[in-house]
Formats: sequence, C-alpha cells, structure tokens
Amino acid sequence: MFEWYSSDTVVVLVGILCSMACALLGNFLVLRKQSMMGDAISHAVLPGLAIAFLITGSRDSSVMFVGAAVVGVCTALFTSWIAKWGKVESGAAMGVVFTLLFALGLVLIVRAADFIDLDPGCVLYGEIDQVALLEPVLFIQDIGIPKPALTCGFFWLVNLLMIIIFFKELLISSFDPALSNTQGYSSGLINNVFMVLVACTIVAAFEVVGSILVIAMLVIPPAAAYLLTDRLGVMIVLSQIIAVLAAVLGYLGAAVLPPLIGFSGTSTAGMMAVAAGLLFVLAFLGGPQHGLIARMLRRFKLTLRILCEDVVGLIYKMEERGLEPQRVQVNELLHRQMGCRIITLNLAELMLRYRGKLDVRSGTFKLTDSGISLASKIVRAHRLWETYLEKHLDQFDVDAPAHLLEHATSAEMSDQLSRELLAPEKDPHGSRIPPK
Amino acid sequence: MIRLLFMLVLFGVAFPAAAATDHGTLAAPFEWPTRELFFETLLLKDYNTRVVTLGVLIQGLACGVIGPLLLLRKRSLMGDVLSHAAMPGIALAFIIMTVLGGSGKSLAGLQIGAILTSLLGVGTVIFIRANTRLKEDAALAVVLSLSFGIGVALLGLIQNMSGSNAAGLEGFIYGKTASMILSESYRIAIVAGFIVLAVILFFKEFQLLCFDQNYAASLGWPILGLDLLLMGLVVIITVVGMQAVGMILMVALLIIPAAAARFWTDRLRNTLIISGLIGAVSGWMGAVWSALIAKLPAGAVIVLVCGVFFGISFFFGTKRGVLIQLTRHFRFQLRIAEQNLLRAFYELLEKRNVLPEDLGEDSPPAVLDLDALMEVRAWDHRRQLHRIVRTSIKKGWLFERGTGCYSFTRNGMEEAVRVVRNHRLWEAYLIKYADIATSQVDHEADRIEHVLDPALVRELERSVLGESAHINIPGIRSHV
Repeated sequence: MFEWYSSDTVVVLVGILCSMACALLGNFLVLRKQSMMGDAISHAVLPGLAIAFLITGSRDSSVMFVGAAVVGVCTALFTSWIAKWGKVESGAAMGVVFTLLFALGLVLIVRAADFIDLDPGCVLYGEIDQVALLEPVLFIQDIGIPKPALTCGFFWLVNLLMIIIFFKELLISSFDPALSNTQGYSSGLINNVFMVLVACTIVAAFEVVGSILVIAMLVIPPAAAYLLTDRLGVMIVLSQIIAVLAAVLGYLGAAVLPPLIGFSGTSTAGMMAVAAGLLFVLAFLGGPQHGLIARMLRRFKLTLRILCEDVVGLIYKMEERGLEPQRVQVNELLHRQMGCRIITLNLAELMLRYRGKLDVRSGTFKLTDSGISLASKIVRAHRLWETYLEKHLDQFDVDAPAHLLEHATSAEMSDQLSRELLAPEKDPHGSRIPPK
Repeated sequence: MIRLLFMLVLFGVAFPAAAATDHGTLAAPFEWPTRELFFETLLLKDYNTRVVTLGVLIQGLACGVIGPLLLLRKRSLMGDVLSHAAMPGIALAFIIMTVLGGSGKSLAGLQIGAILTSLLGVGTVIFIRANTRLKEDAALAVVLSLSFGIGVALLGLIQNMSGSNAAGLEGFIYGKTASMILSESYRIAIVAGFIVLAVILFFKEFQLLCFDQNYAASLGWPILGLDLLLMGLVVIITVVGMQAVGMILMVALLIIPAAAARFWTDRLRNTLIISGLIGAVSGWMGAVWSALIAKLPAGAVIVLVCGVFFGISFFFGTKRGVLIQLTRHFRFQLRIAEQNLLRAFYELLEKRNVLPEDLGEDSPPAVLDLDALMEVRAWDHRRQLHRIVRTSIKKGWLFERGTGCYSFTRNGMEEAVRVVRNHRLWEAYLIKYADIATSQVDHEADRIEHVLDPALVRELERSVLGESAHINIPGIRSHV
C-alpha cells in the first residue's frame, strides 16, 4: 500500500523501544495501584526542566534530564508525604502535587520566555516522526540509528536488568508491603528507588516521543496483560509483546488509515496509543480466564447444563406418573416456573438430543437409557435434599432450596445423604426416591 | 475559625509583593504596578478585569463546592480523566462542524462535543471497574491515556486537514483566561450558579451517597442516578471552565480547595463552604495578579494561589493540620510521661513502706530525691526527668520539700493511686484471662494504663475483683 523506507524502520524502532521500556515499569505501577503516576509525573516535570534551564542556561538534554528526574522523584515523595501527614487520600494528594508543580512550571516558563527559547510545547511534546530526521550516530547495515533510539534502548535495558535483579523484592513489596517490611525489605525504600526509575524513564522517553506515548504505554499494555494472566512473569512478557504490537500497528495505522477517510495524515504517537487501546479492548473481550467472552461462555455453559438437568428431571417426573410429555407442555412449564426463554429451551433440547439423552418423536419427549440415569441422579439428589431439609432443618418450603442444591450434588454426596437419612424410600411429598 | 479564614484572605492579598519579587530574580525585572493601578484592579474598576475576574471567581466557587464530593467518593482524579476525555470530543466536533460547512469553532458545538465524550469517559471508567479485575486507578489511567491518544490523533488529522483553520483549538484545551469575553463570563456564571444550586438542593442525597452508599441504596434512593447527576455536574463545570483556566488547572480547582478544606473541619457542609470560599478567593486573586503583572498566565497563578491556601491549611488546619496533630501527639506524650513519674514515685514509696495514710500537708515526710527516681525507671536523662517533675509541680501534683526532694500533694496522691490502679487492674486482667506470664505483664500494662477510660476501669474491677490476691491494687482494697 505504501513504500517502506529506512526512515520508517527507524521511527518504528524508536516507538518499539520506548513502548517496551515504559510498559516494563508499568506492570509494577498497575500492581501497586499507582497507575496515575505516569500522567502525574509527566505534568510535574515541567518546573524541573525550567529550573534546570534557568540555572545552567543550556538546553543540553543531560541537564534537562537531571532537573526533570529530580522533580519526578519529588512528585512521588511529596505525594506520599501529603497522603501520610495530612491523611489525604493518595489520589487527591497526587492531584494536588502534580497540578501545583505544573502550574509552577508554566509560570516559570512564561516569565522566562523573554530571553530564552523554551515553550511548554517544545519541552512537553516531542514528536516521534522527527527522530527520522536526526543525524544517525550508528549504522546497522544501511539503517542509520539516531541517538533517541539508543536512549530508549538503554533505558529498556536498565529497566529490564533492575527488574531481573530485584524481581523478588519488587514482587513482594508490590503484592504485600507489610510482609515485605517484616522480611526486611523496606517497601518504602523499594518504592522510592522504583520511582526514580520511573521518573528517569518517563523523562528520557518524553524528549524523544512526547508525553502521550509515554503515558499510554506505561499503563495500557500492562493493564491489558493483567487481564490475560495471573502470573507476574507472564504478565511482564505479555505487556512487552503488546507494547511492540501497539507500536507497529499504530505506525501502520497512522500511515494507512487517514488517506482512507480522506485526510492527509495524523499524529503517529497518538495512533500508537490508540492501537494500544484497541489491544486492551481485545484483551478485555478475549482474555482466556477473565475476558468478557470467556466469562459469558462459562456462564452460558452453566446455564445450559442446569437447564438440561431441569428438562430431563421434569420429563422423568412426568414419565413417572405415566404421562407422555409433550414438547409444548414441557417448554410451557419451564417457561412459567423459571422464566426460561424458549430459545434457550430449544438449545437445551438440541444439546440433550446430541448427547443421546433424549428422543423426540412427533413432539413427544422420551428419555433414552443414559437420559434416565442422568435424570434419576438429579431427581434422587432433589428428593434426598427435600427429606434432609425437612428432617434436620425444619424447613417448611423444601422444594425451592432442594431445587438449587440438586445441581451441585455429586453421586457420592447423594449416597452420603442417603446413609445419613437411613436410606429413605419416599420424600416428604410421598414420591419415590430413585435408587442409586 | 472564621477569623482565621479572614486572616488567610488578607494574607493572600498581601502576598503578591513577595511572590513578585521571587519571580523577579528569575526573569527580567518587570513593571511593578503603581499603587493606584493595584487598587483599581483589586476592586474591579477596569471593565476587562471585571469580566475575567468575576467569571473565574464564580467558577472557583462552583469547583470548590463540588470538589469535596468527588474527594469523599475517592474520585478526585476523575476530573483529570474527564478533562482529557474532552479532547476527542472537541476535535470530533470541530471535524464534524467543518465537514458540514461551518467554521468549526462554534463554542457551543465544541462544548457539547466535549461534554458527550467526557460523559463517555466517565461511563467507561465505571464500566471497566465493574467488569474487569482492574482497580480504580488503572481504570482511570487507561481511559485517560486512551482518550488522550485519540484526542492527539484527531488533532493530528485536523492539523493536516486542507482548508481548515485549527488555530485556537489548542487555546481551548490549554486555557486563555485573559481573553475571556463577556458572553463567556456569563456562560460560566450561569453554569456555576446552576451547579451550586444543584449541590444545595441535593445536599442531603449527596452527603449520604458520599458517606454511606449502601445505606442510601437500602433507603431506596436511586444511587446510580445520583452518581450520574454528580458526575454530570462535574463534567459540565469541567468542560465550561476548561476554556478559562485550561485542562490541567481545571483539575487543580476541583482537587486542591477540597483537599485544603478538609484540614479545617469534619462536617461536610462546612467543608463545602470553606472549599467554595478558597476556590472563589483563589480565582479572584489569581485573575487580579495576572492582570496586574505582565506575563503571568492566569490559570497557573490561580492554581498557585490555591496551593498557598493548601499549604497553610496543611500546616495550620484546626482539625487535621500537621501542627495540631503534632501538638496533640506531644500533649499525649507529656501526659504519659507524667503518669509514669507519678507511678514510679508511688511504687518507690510503697517499697519503702512509707506511703502516707493521710494525705495532708503535714503528712509524714514521704520525701524522694531524684537520684532514687532515676534508678526505678529508664528515663532518657536527668533533664527530661527534671522537666516532667516541673510540669507535675505546676499541675499541683508534687511539691518541693528542700532541694531536690519532693512530696505528693493530696491531688497528686489521688492521681498516682488512679494510675497505679489502672496499671495493676490491667496486670491482674492479663494474668487471669490472657494467660501471660506474670513476669511479662508489667510491660504490657505499662502501655495500656494511659488509655483506660473510667467505664473500662469499672469493667476491669468487676472482672478481676477478689481474684488478684498477689497483686495489691490501691483503692480497691477497701471494697474487698
């Protein structure tokens, strides 16, 4: 669809490295309930940049970096102090700190704008597309690698090493700070070191790709990974994969989509964030354990199983009285008693026929042998429970609770109930309890 | 307290001089406004300043009134999320209006777009929290960054759009207080008035929603409806106010006055009033200063004024301020130290069998010197002991008999008996019920004796009476 140049490779590479570096740390932010820290620090570093500039008078990136990192760490510290000493909820404390710092930075920059070239836009919003225009510092085959790629790669490596070395400490202090303290790993210290890492990474990535990509990649890939797994190691790996996918898809999306709807182009970083969001939605829908579809499927399967059991139970009871159960009749009864929809009833019927539990001849139901054994198991559990409830709990209305319990009673449990009740033959209504 | 607040306001008005010199060292020296100009601006004599200042003042009031409700529902950062969520709405509204052939910059259109997407953002946060295992903070952060991303992408589209004039959209998002015109000021005033009115009308409902949602639900109140109403009000004030003070600073107005007010009071009604006042005064002073002094962005100054109020409240707040907390802490420490002294004194006399039966001034010389006291208890050092002895004398519990020798007064003896009794009652209780070794109970009781209230003491008496043969509990012997 479009030509791929080496400059495209460079931009995608920077996007991938930056996304991976951020997502790596984001895992722990999400687990520590500090997800908003990325947004907070990204606003709060403004005065750090301004002060660093005013003191040294240079726009050298290392100076800027130090200033911003110091303020970033201060943000985390101030937040925890205000929350602790002032007993302010931590979200609100964060809000107080980062908005104040941002306002301070804004004032400093505007006051200083007379004689320096520094505006909020240029320090806050780097643009990822511009990295392709920079002078390459390194060549791998034909592709010139600019400095930002090295910076992002460096931070990714540092973060990765820190996480590997301190995995145990991070794990324990993220999940159970109190346990961590009793084991001799100060959760406060770990938190502070971690915040230094977060602040440095955010600031480094900022300059290269702008705030949006940093804020999004700190949170969205880890949150998506959190929906997919219960294990921290797997979550970290997944968040890395999602970050790479988001960067690649976002870049392609920014190049391909706008022309399709009649625009000439859009922000690459923004599209990368949008791609990450789409991946999050996918994880939310399709997660194997916690995904919406998986949960709905599980619930539906349970509903269907219970309904099938109810259907065979009802047919069994009707056949017991020598009736010939008609489909219309059964559906009508279950619909009235339990409010089942006709379509689910039809599904249950299909399921039972497919499993060979039920024969249908011109609208009349007849249980097969395996159907009868299933039904007698259900009816046996039901009537044993009725007897039990009546005898031991003085229950007046025994039918409804027995109806709930029958679906969660195994054959062994029925046998135990039967023994406990001295093998009764009849339930309180006088109906025969089917033998084992 | 009202006087204190009044002082705060005065302080705030007097503050610009200090603040201004601060900035002066950082940047080029600026024109210091003349005295006439200062008062002219302060009293809103200038038409432009009047429009801007009144608008921002009313907006600060409305944000301040609604902020505590968000804070109590632990949703402070929701303001941050929905101000970001407004971005795609603004961009979409602009695109749609331009495609339909309009100018794309109709304020009402942009604001409607912003309100719609903000509401969508709030809904998404609530949906994510209810339907996934992500916590509140992650839900907020995901929605924030995603809507920010969509907003940036859409703005990117607009910038590359042919034939459209997108300049000014940024201003809408980042705020431009100084150029506020009369109609905008009116709009803000109307919206803010509506919000204050709604909060007053639904005060009882919101109060219960904030403090005990489940109880409110059990009374049959429409919790979801109330929640939506509250969030709707927040969305409206955020979107309308965003234009005046900018996106981030709007968030500050929702959070900071509310957090500051909580340091002064525990009552929700008072919190709302104080927070509203702080918001309004901050808006007023911020607008005035930015009008007075060149190159001070109004939004940022408003937030910094809020920050000053927050700082003052944080340290000096009469309910939860750090100073009052420290004072309470030290008072408690002192009380514990005094009680320890009295008990040590009593036990020493008891050991020497010189406890005065009669507590008159002319009682037998139950005198103690500090050296003996130093040995009984691990005081940090002599000076500390001296200080506590001095405060005890001041309270009339001890009096000095000769240099370095002290005796109980009648009150002091009573107090000592009470403390020793609490201590030994607790010891007896621990021995009887908690199965703690007799040698250990002293340490445990040492910690609890200071906080036993009379009702608990009566309860203890009843439960250990007559069973503590080997513990001599003063003041109880007579009952047995």
